[in-house]
Amino acid sequence: MFSLLKTLWTVLRHTFRKRATILYPEEKPSIPPRWRGRIILSRGPGGAERCVACYLCAVACPVDCISLQATEDEHGRRYPEFFRINFSRCIFCGFCEEACPTYAIQLTPDFEMCEHNRQNLVYEKEDLLISGPGKYHDYDFYRVAGLAIGGKDKGQAENEETPVDVRGLMP
Amino acid sequence: MKEIIIPLIMVFGVLVAVMTIAPGLIWVERRLLGLWQDRYGPNRVGPFGLLQVLADMIKVFAKEDWIPPFADKPVFIIAPAVIMFTVLMTFAVIPFTRSVHVVDMNIGLLFFLGMSSLGVYSVTLAGWASDSKYSLLGGLRAAAQMLSYEVYMGLSLMGVVMLSGSFNLREIVEAQKGLWFCIPQFLGFAVFLIAGVAETHRLPFDLPEAESELVAGFHSEYSGMKFGMFFVGEYLGITLISAMIATLFFGGWLGPVLPPIIWFLIKMFVFICFFILLRAALPRPRYDQLMSYGWKVLFPLSLLNLVVTGGILLAR
Repeated sequence: MFSLLKTLWTVLRHTFRKRATILYPEEKPSIPPRWRGRIILSRGPGGAERCVACYLCAVACPVDCISLQATEDEHGRRYPEFFRINFSRCIFCGFCEEACPTYAIQLTPDFEMCEHNRQNLVYEKEDLLISGPGKYHDYDFYRVAGLAIGGKDKGQAENEETPVDVRGLMP
Repeated sequence: MKEIIIPLIMVFGVLVAVMTIAPGLIWVERRLLGLWQDRYGPNRVGPFGLLQVLADMIKVFAKEDWIPPFADKPVFIIAPAVIMFTVLMTFAVIPFTRSVHVVDMNIGLLFFLGMSSLGVYSVTLAGWASDSKYSLLGGLRAAAQMLSYEVYMGLSLMGVVMLSGSFNLREIVEAQKGLWFCIPQFLGFAVFLIAGVAETHRLPFDLPEAESELVAGFHSEYSGMKFGMFFVGEYLGITLISAMIATLFFGGWLGPVLPPIIWFLIKMFVFICFFILLRAALPRPRYDQLMSYGWKVLFPLSLLNLVVTGGILLAR
């Protein structure tokens, strides 16, 4: 009986508590930076797009909402010819971000992407590509990878030693 | 002419007031529950969400008013009307102030008890006529619960009757001029309060409609405005029990400075809020707990109250 009265009193005291509700459209919620919202394609610190069109995101995607086509530029650098995400299928699981070896695909804290027309939820590459590096400011895939690419030869990457001449290794 | 018009104004005034309070309570309850659960409740439709009730009403009217083919049709239709009828009838005997009441009945209190007993038919018949398992279980529970709580509800009020020497609600209020009956009749008040919650089958005693076990209990099969009548009937019941508590134990319209009707409404509203607080705070007991609590605790308590009050009155 006493515990019942105590319960009543505890609940009554909530009259003077601050309400937990955020009145959404008028008041914006504060969303943590790792929130899994609208997907973007980021660019490296140099301004070049990071995506190397390896298809790992498309493979990792459990609902198959990512579609892309790889191509190469004159330096042999891979990039997606088109990159399409169907947000009407996307479940915002973030697997694409986990799968991406170059930090190109990232999920952002933006969730306000309703559309009246379903077709408008299909985002093309120009809708996805942003001008900045997203969450990883200094990361540049080609500067840490050993791959020779236009303007960078073997051994010129960060923390990379110059290649050893195997034929020069005489006893 | 005057003898006809004034009662007519009373009847319609009380009817309109009560029928506005009951849906308003739906809003009040949702807002208060929100407040006590640290959220807002309906606040979008109209100022402070006041028009939410209106929107819900429009929705309820637009719903298909479906009668299941397996149901006992006439009883199924009558059942929700019975609860509205009995509760609204009881408001006739409640003295809102010394002069504002529909009838000044000598046996007002008995009339209230009789009408609330009749209210049991509504839920029981609704459960029976629906002819589905959940409804029947709900109806059975309602019958047992309300009949047993009816017993001590009546017994707990007899102390008040003894002290005031009348069944007339107006005279009961006037007998409280010196001291509200909630003090000499505290036990009776406590028992009546609990029995009142059980009588309106509100949480925590909403076993007849326990949604976690019985879908919606006796009104599982009801839709549209028939469900709406049960719903409004429940809120009318809360209003009624709160009004009765205010009348019987808290001196009805008596109070300083403010006009009598305001005092009555304030007291009634406090108990309505208390009913909602009960809903916000307490979990639902098991059915056997409910019954044994009633018969083993409340019943002896109300008898004790009766005997002690009677003894004191005799000794005086």
